[in-house]
Amino acid sequence: MKTVMEGSHAVAEAVKLARVQVISAYPITPQTHIVERLSEYCADGSLDAKFLRVESEHSAMAALIGASSTGVRTFTATSSQGLALMHELLHWASGARLPIVMAEVNRAMAPGWNIWTDQTDSLSQRDTGWIQIYCEDGQEALDRTLQAFRLAESVNLPAMVILDAFFLSHTYEPVDIPDQAKVDEFLPPYEPKFLLDPGNPCAFNQLAPPDVYMEMRFSIQTAMQSAIGVLEEIQNDFSEIFERSYGSIEPVECDDADIILVTSGTVTSTCKEVIEKLRSAGEKVGLLKISLFRPFPGEAVRKVLSRTRKVAVVDRNCSFGSGGIFAQEIRSALCNVPDHPLVYGYVAGLGGRDITPELLEDIYWQTKNTDFPELDSFWMGIREVKDGIICSGS
Amino acid sequence: MELSVPDREFMYSGHVACPGCGAAIAMRFVLKALGEKIIMVIPACCWSIIAGPYPMSTLRVPVLHTALETGGSVASGIKAAIEVRGDHETTVVTWAGDGGTFDIGFQALSGAVERNEDFIYICYDNEAYMNTGIQRSSSTPYGAWTTTTPGQDWKKMRKKNIVEALVAHRIRYAATANIAFPEDLINKVKKAKNMKGSRFIHIFSTCPTGWRVPSEMSIKIARMAVQTNIFPLYEVENGVEYTINYRPKGYLVKEYFKLQGRFSHLTEEDLDQIQEMVEEDWKLLLRKAGVFSGS
Repeated sequence: MKTVMEGSHAVAEAVKLARVQVISAYPITPQTHIVERLSEYCADGSLDAKFLRVESEHSAMAALIGASSTGVRTFTATSSQGLALMHELLHWASGARLPIVMAEVNRAMAPGWNIWTDQTDSLSQRDTGWIQIYCEDGQEALDRTLQAFRLAESVNLPAMVILDAFFLSHTYEPVDIPDQAKVDEFLPPYEPKFLLDPGNPCAFNQLAPPDVYMEMRFSIQTAMQSAIGVLEEIQNDFSEIFERSYGSIEPVECDDADIILVTSGTVTSTCKEVIEKLRSAGEKVGLLKISLFRPFPGEAVRKVLSRTRKVAVVDRNCSFGSGGIFAQEIRSALCNVPDHPLVYGYVAGLGGRDITPELLEDIYWQTKNTDFPELDSFWMGIREVKDGIICSGS
Repeated sequence: MELSVPDREFMYSGHVACPGCGAAIAMRFVLKALGEKIIMVIPACCWSIIAGPYPMSTLRVPVLHTALETGGSVASGIKAAIEVRGDHETTVVTWAGDGGTFDIGFQALSGAVERNEDFIYICYDNEAYMNTGIQRSSSTPYGAWTTTTPGQDWKKMRKKNIVEALVAHRIRYAATANIAFPEDLINKVKKAKNMKGSRFIHIFSTCPTGWRVPSEMSIKIARMAVQTNIFPLYEVENGVEYTINYRPKGYLVKEYFKLQGRFSHLTEEDLDQIQEMVEEDWKLLLRKAGVFSGS
């Protein structure tokens, strides 16, 4: 049976179903609904977990590093500045090979203060060794959270489940909440491969000189790359138990497409409608949704995109001085393919600005009508600036 | 008289501390007092090195090495996890330097103590960032040379009073201890172990390398810090019950200062001023102890 709920609450449901044992968090908009709901679950006893209400996001991640090293299932949630404050410990969590799971509600980085959606916060953490999964809707947020625990614990790496601020975190949608028994079947209790134990004293995370450090890093890279295949196996189990399935990527109408739009997060739903409209007008257009960003499913992406002529990547983020970050990844995945398609990068919707169906259509037509992408990224919908002031109106 | 120092060792014979290192001596005594049923957290400090590189370890207890500012927060998470796992016996102990305690780790420590996390936080204080090469911390005393307070820029601010800062949190137990007073140190660690809630022990630990003193003077200098009232030995329970453990013998602070290269630039006038500061601090402590002990 489906229940109408917020994306944030879908995540909280998943965390409860996953029988998380230690939660630690610090408030930041727009993530707060997740941890508020989890606080209620802990208070009313429906979730038997310790909830540490720490004094910063840095301490939230540090506390989970301690808890996870002691062999329990852990969770936190954050956004934007909070994630940036955790940065040092994101590296620590992956280096220590801890399967911590975090919900990350994409929010723009300040200044100026902006609480609305923008992927630059999570994508700035792409090199920290965290698995990153971007969600399209409330159901996916719930399901991916369950999958994240199993994936993280299978490969001993931390995982981030990423939701667009408000468009997903605060939007009510019908969500199917799975039975606890089925979740228990899919996600058995966490069995740590190593833990802090006075009965078996070991030292963790100690000094690692050049003769050992590189092998430790190589093992992270190996584990990260293996996560693509492991996630596929997990997906198979998941679809058997819950009768829903997801891939690392999701191609829509790509088989005969001359132009393929690439999206992530909630823009995907908008784009699906645009594709339908353009298709009915006779345009040979497709859509590729990217869910798994780290590890990047390069092979799967190549399989879908190699056949097309042009690729238009919609990025709700920017790496200043380069361009949209998904576009960079797509270019790098395609660069060794002979006669690979042209890649057009579009930066749009930063700081919560709407990405409308009209804007996505503009992106399609601009891609179709331009022979060659002259810039690494085109900024869509930029308003005129006069005397340093952004002019209102279109 | 029988010594109260347990025979059992929880440090292996090898470690990579400098000769005369107070932090190595402090660790040895603390582990003897704590026994084997502990989990230790070591945020970045000299001990991150002293404990040895992978795959070796100087310590016979489980150790989680962690980032510099996380001594309070990582321990909170470990305590929560062992409780969840049904272990109500193991003591979680953070072992941090003064930089990780007074400066960068103070927020996490304050947060943990405000939550009254059930753990022992031990700060071995060598009064500067010694592992990185003797840079000043907020624990560096007034008058000291460090590599970031060189020449005429010697430190002209007082040492932060960490114990009083934590007493202001109404911490369950806070105590000072000193490597030259091992029985007092061990008694305090044992006492702390038998309590619940947040407990803090501040151990004065000579750094021969950073203080510019011969290694064989390590214990003597630590002892003089107590005898001159520069580092009084005392305990505070529940933020109010003060007990002073050592009554001074009237040594002047300049006797202590003149032994150390880090203070060699100070004039007689400077030393007189420091004497006044130390006396002022001591009177303040006596007043607190007197007021709260009701005498």
